[in-house]
Amino acid sequence: MAGEMKQQTARSASSGKRATLLEEHIIEIVSDSGEGAQTAGQMFGTILAKSGNSVWTVEIIPAEIEPPARTPAGASGNRIRAGSFPITNAGDGAELVIGFNEQALMGGKWENRYKPGCIILLESMWANHPDPEIAAAYSGVVNILNEENYRLYEVPMEQECSRFVEDARRGKNMFVVGMLMNIYGRDLQLARHEIETKFKARKPDLVEPNIALLEAGYEWAEQNLDFRFEIPPYGVKEQQVVANGNVAVALGIVASGMEVCAMYPITPATSASHYLSEIFPEVGGFVHQAEDEIAACAFAIGSSYSGKCAVTITSGPGMALKTELMALSVMAEIPLVMVNVQRGGPSTGLPTKVEQGDLLAAIFGTPGDAPKIVMAPATIEDCFYSIITARKIAETFRTLVIVLSDANLATGQQAFPRPKISKEWGAPPVDQSPVPAGKDPLDWDPVTGLSQRFIPGQPGGMYTLTGLAHDRKGLVAYGPGINQEGCNRRSLKLAAFQKTLQPPKVCGDESGDLLIVGWGSTKGAIEEAVARVRKDGLKVSSTHLTFLQPMASGIKEIMQKFRQVMTVEINYSDSYEDELIDENNRRYANLAWLLRARYLIDVDCWSNVHGRPIRPGAIEDMIRERLK
Amino acid sequence: MFGLSKQCVLELNEEYKTLEDYQGRISRWCPGCGDNGILTATQRLCRDEQLPPEKCVFVSGIGCAARFPHYMSTYGFHGLHGRALPTAQGVKIRRPDLHVFVNMGDGDCCSIGTAHWIHTVRTNMKLVAMMHDNNIYGLTKNQASPTSPLGMKTNTTPQGAYLKAMNPLTVTLGITNVSFVAQVVEWLPEVLYEAIRQAFHHNGFAFIRILQRCPHFTPDAFSGLLSDPKKLLMLQHEDGIQLSETMSRLYKTTEQHDPADINRARELADRDDIVPIGILYRNENIPRYEQVTKSTHKSTWEQRENVLNGAFDKFGIDADFASANKGTRAGDGE
Repeated sequence: MAGEMKQQTARSASSGKRATLLEEHIIEIVSDSGEGAQTAGQMFGTILAKSGNSVWTVEIIPAEIEPPARTPAGASGNRIRAGSFPITNAGDGAELVIGFNEQALMGGKWENRYKPGCIILLESMWANHPDPEIAAAYSGVVNILNEENYRLYEVPMEQECSRFVEDARRGKNMFVVGMLMNIYGRDLQLARHEIETKFKARKPDLVEPNIALLEAGYEWAEQNLDFRFEIPPYGVKEQQVVANGNVAVALGIVASGMEVCAMYPITPATSASHYLSEIFPEVGGFVHQAEDEIAACAFAIGSSYSGKCAVTITSGPGMALKTELMALSVMAEIPLVMVNVQRGGPSTGLPTKVEQGDLLAAIFGTPGDAPKIVMAPATIEDCFYSIITARKIAETFRTLVIVLSDANLATGQQAFPRPKISKEWGAPPVDQSPVPAGKDPLDWDPVTGLSQRFIPGQPGGMYTLTGLAHDRKGLVAYGPGINQEGCNRRSLKLAAFQKTLQPPKVCGDESGDLLIVGWGSTKGAIEEAVARVRKDGLKVSSTHLTFLQPMASGIKEIMQKFRQVMTVEINYSDSYEDELIDENNRRYANLAWLLRARYLIDVDCWSNVHGRPIRPGAIEDMIRERLK
Repeated sequence: MFGLSKQCVLELNEEYKTLEDYQGRISRWCPGCGDNGILTATQRLCRDEQLPPEKCVFVSGIGCAARFPHYMSTYGFHGLHGRALPTAQGVKIRRPDLHVFVNMGDGDCCSIGTAHWIHTVRTNMKLVAMMHDNNIYGLTKNQASPTSPLGMKTNTTPQGAYLKAMNPLTVTLGITNVSFVAQVVEWLPEVLYEAIRQAFHHNGFAFIRILQRCPHFTPDAFSGLLSDPKKLLMLQHEDGIQLSETMSRLYKTTEQHDPADINRARELADRDDIVPIGILYRNENIPRYEQVTKSTHKSTWEQRENVLNGAFDKFGIDADFASANKGTRAGDGE
């Protein structure tokens, strides 16, 4: 069969069947952990991107390593959103779902991940399972799906795959890729190439069976499915790079010229360190896995103090542990970049799920006044560049820069223009020149608060850094005037930095009925929702903040041109629908608090802590309801 | 003008550093505080080794002992309670040229910083750690520390400490990769100096427990040892410390102990009836973390460009999807 099909393209194979032309489609593949749905999703997402679509993929990850089989919460897989326009987020309900068993499938249904009535391709082997309970569970789900008018196709994956491999469970994912290649009319050669690339080096004997499975899936879909879809390519002109946010962070660390990363394992931040550990030694860098979060931060600070700015990568609970050291970095004016890949909180919360709940903790979480810079990448591309920027700011302003990524960016994959490498990104060599006589280690400029950092090894620069209140010479000093001066100078640095910031751009008209303000990973969804309602004539715009502390000038003027202003965020806020909630006690979403406090504008908010990326459709519904 | 400029003469004079060259601020420790002796011994080491002050970094935590860096005229890092060791590791990791010393108290090391103590021993980086053990929290005014003896009355244990004191020596000697453990007392400057000197020359992490009197809160903690020299077991060896004649006359309880013998070191450390003084254990052959983690690649910008380009190729998608369709580019977007 392989020989026959070698030259076959999707178009010739599906001749006779009309392909429905689509602007975009959302696919989900779910299986038990270990059945390879993630691999299938990643592979097909790559193929779609390589054949010209704009693609966003999201990993569906269970919290456990090997969760029990056939459980809704244990499902593992991938969501792929592909389109012929720039895709900036995971989108709304899935339109085609492939389930390896009915329980993994139902997990997504309960989470409302699927569009009602969507196409479902479900492994049918469970119908005749020897365990009557399993068979009954399967038929129960089939009944529900049929009653609710889903377009259900039962696929004998096990039966088909066992023709090619002994353990069909290990081969179904390639069968699935084959089906998708047929459904979306892609050249099978692209998938063959992916399989070869994946297995050639480490498991060459797996190339042939996997290609056979791929072709079998393709052929099965050709014979048995009555639908085809065509998503025309999105005309990308320049070279692209596909990465998830954590890989982008790791690449950003390499590009920033940093040499030391100290971390402690924490979900969902750790994968950034995994990739960094692979490539960092090649540039003379080092990832230190410390004994705990505190030690990781102390190690990074020590390394920054004696050399180039270092980085520590963590998530919410880890940032909480590092709090005292964060303040030390600010107080002692040691540059430090801290990446917080936010997860659901509070406490250990939702380790694998997304939330933007750490903004206020990042800005205010340290006891005493510890002014630091807080920024948030909005896209996967931003994850790369924000690290380069953060390193520069940290060294220039001798302070802590917190980069707030989140689980949505960490696990989402997107193509972005291949960065044009610039030497400007890198860190300058460590200064070891003698310090001129009479210069103080904290020679604060009275206007900007800036001073030159002395690095061990510099003759004449010897001083003792301290987290205690200190004067310009770094000497411990508890006098009221001196502490006031120190706090003042450290605060002025933020003002000096703030003067360099540009006002954020407004997406849509510069005035109107409603302005949505966002930050971090929600940008794509907000802008898509705004674009949709604007098509219907609603006077809605949005703006997105990269720097949360300090904020750029001009934000107030932007907000004042709209009748209503609100934030859309993935964190907790009270709702007036609760009986006890009124304007005296309502707790707002993180950014809404900040905007209200700074600008004295009645900024509303819409937020939730479902642990999921906010969908453009949900924002759209909210806007329509609000402006009704 | 005649080959002897004024500048040259000054440089020659500056070459030899005296004790004053290492003296920072005047110490604010209490009169009679044992920390002063440790400071003097350390300054003497710097002088004898002629260490460039700009190449020395003294890292400390919080507490009386942690004020140490302020009284040196080198670089100092007076950081957070318990966190001196991981900070010092960070200082050292990219800077093998720096001489990094750590000064911490018993609370700093054996209580709030315990995890770091254990893991720093295990990583075996080249650092000299001095644990100033006065059996008490001094700066916070008289609370029990992990090394306070059973029954000791403090502000938090007015009825007497409930627990037997922790033994920092047996703990340290039990940690994987331990490579240097010494115990000394601050009132014997000769032995104190020699232990610090040998620690400085050790190829790895050197841990010195220094029994230190707090004249304010534990003035009598070590009075038994002071009044009865027999209670100090002086460890002597050609590879360890060898006592001077004067000391030998005063301190007659001695043992020939080879610092290579870890089993005997553990036995000695565990003794309740007598306090071993000297080098308990030394092993110069434990791999150091900064060595085993050292990258063989150069940290040049060109190398960074190569690595980034390699990554961008690996994760790359050709803009021209027609050529990508031919599968010419090795792409793997995982």
